[in-house]
Amino acid sequence: MAFDVEFALSTLPAFVSAVGVTLQVGFIAIGTSLCVALINAAITAFGWPILRPLVRVYVELARNTPLLIQLFFIYFALPALGIRLSGFASAIIAMTFMGGAYLTEILRAGIDAVPRSQIESGLSIGLSRWQLLRHVILPQAGILSLPALFANFIFLLKETTVVSAVAVPEILYTTKSYIALYYKTYEMLAVMTGLCVLLFVPMSLLLRLIERRLQHGQFGS
Amino acid sequence: MSALIELTRFSKNFGSVPVLQDVDLSVREGEVVVILGPSGCGKSTLLRCLNGLELGHAGQYRFAGQELPATTDWRQVRQQIGMVFQSYHLFPHMTVLENILLGPLSVQKRKRVDAQQQAESLLTRVGLLDKRDAYPRELSGGQQQRIAIVRALCMNPKVMLFDEVTAALDPEMVKEVLEVILDLARSGMTLLIVTHEMAFARAVADRILFMDGGRIAEQSAPESFFSAPQTARAQQFLEKFSYVENMPKRKTS
Repeated sequence: MAFDVEFALSTLPAFVSAVGVTLQVGFIAIGTSLCVALINAAITAFGWPILRPLVRVYVELARNTPLLIQLFFIYFALPALGIRLSGFASAIIAMTFMGGAYLTEILRAGIDAVPRSQIESGLSIGLSRWQLLRHVILPQAGILSLPALFANFIFLLKETTVVSAVAVPEILYTTKSYIALYYKTYEMLAVMTGLCVLLFVPMSLLLRLIERRLQHGQFGS
Repeated sequence: MSALIELTRFSKNFGSVPVLQDVDLSVREGEVVVILGPSGCGKSTLLRCLNGLELGHAGQYRFAGQELPATTDWRQVRQQIGMVFQSYHLFPHMTVLENILLGPLSVQKRKRVDAQQQAESLLTRVGLLDKRDAYPRELSGGQQQRIAIVRALCMNPKVMLFDEVTAALDPEMVKEVLEVILDLARSGMTLLIVTHEMAFARAVADRILFMDGGRIAEQSAPESFFSAPQTARAQQFLEKFSYVENMPKRKTS
């Protein structure tokens, strides 16, 4: 079976909107996951009594169940409870549920890596715990977590392919549609792989560059 | 002169290990107290209890006439008690000026113009005005320590605590830091200093506090402490230091 280049190229225009959807789901999920992670990090750092164990439970639950199952739960099981969500909304919620847990762990590790002496130093000039978190701990934890954080941003972008399972028209969904219509499996998988490389490799490199810039600016030594 | 700091039968444990036992201490305003003693005798813990980084288990702590129980809002107290640490602990992600202004601006809510003016005049006083936009990593240990002193001073504290602030520095840098502290002592500031620099202790102190095993073993004027220590433990301690000073030459030339 010959590789039909012409066909492969002819499908590209259809992928413009698919790439748009992939990036949209990915970036929204990164943003919301980061919000969840920041809130959880604050809860963990302050050691609030009831919320702190809840964060642990959430992190373990979200990290140890497959994204696909989380997604199916939201999309197919919630309607039984009377909660009906669109594929797109389900996708964002599921991605946030999983991404938030991963980013929470990364930020927690970063916060743990900030030396105790920095905290004492901040306390000794009279900072409140909130001011300490904002001015001293989070900026340093953020820098320390950058490599892991950025790696997870790319990971989340790639994981958006999972949401094709609930008919969100992103790149994998579009690819599968073409395969189903024309049986051009090789061509379509090649197109999709090519698109992923084109999208995510430059993004990885860009993040690497930003990471180096920021780390150098902060702790050059 | 009234007592600014007053500890009465003050005690503190780490787990079941007592680190401070029945400490009675009274420091007048403007007094310079140097705390000496072997490692692990509770010197640093004593300083850290004064600004609430550690909490006592028993006894009384009065600051500026007010009793401070463990449940005190320590943020108020810490604004009046500056502390400088052995390893400087500047914030690495902030410039010198940002380090100094964080307290005055976000804790004391002072106007930026005023705070910055004070910061700059303090920087001038320690000879580091040209470093105000540098990051800590660009500075030597001695420079970082002087910045740390300025950071504490810019809160306009009533007392300054120095916890072995020259222990991590080479001799040249020790000098530049000690001169700043001497200058503070001359200006009449209340200082509590933990140090292993005996000559400096002798020069700067109004009173020497010798601690051993979590207790104050001896309190006296520097001259009498160094020339005629009253306790055997203090004599022993001072001999260790003169051992280094009077070490015999290995080769006789």
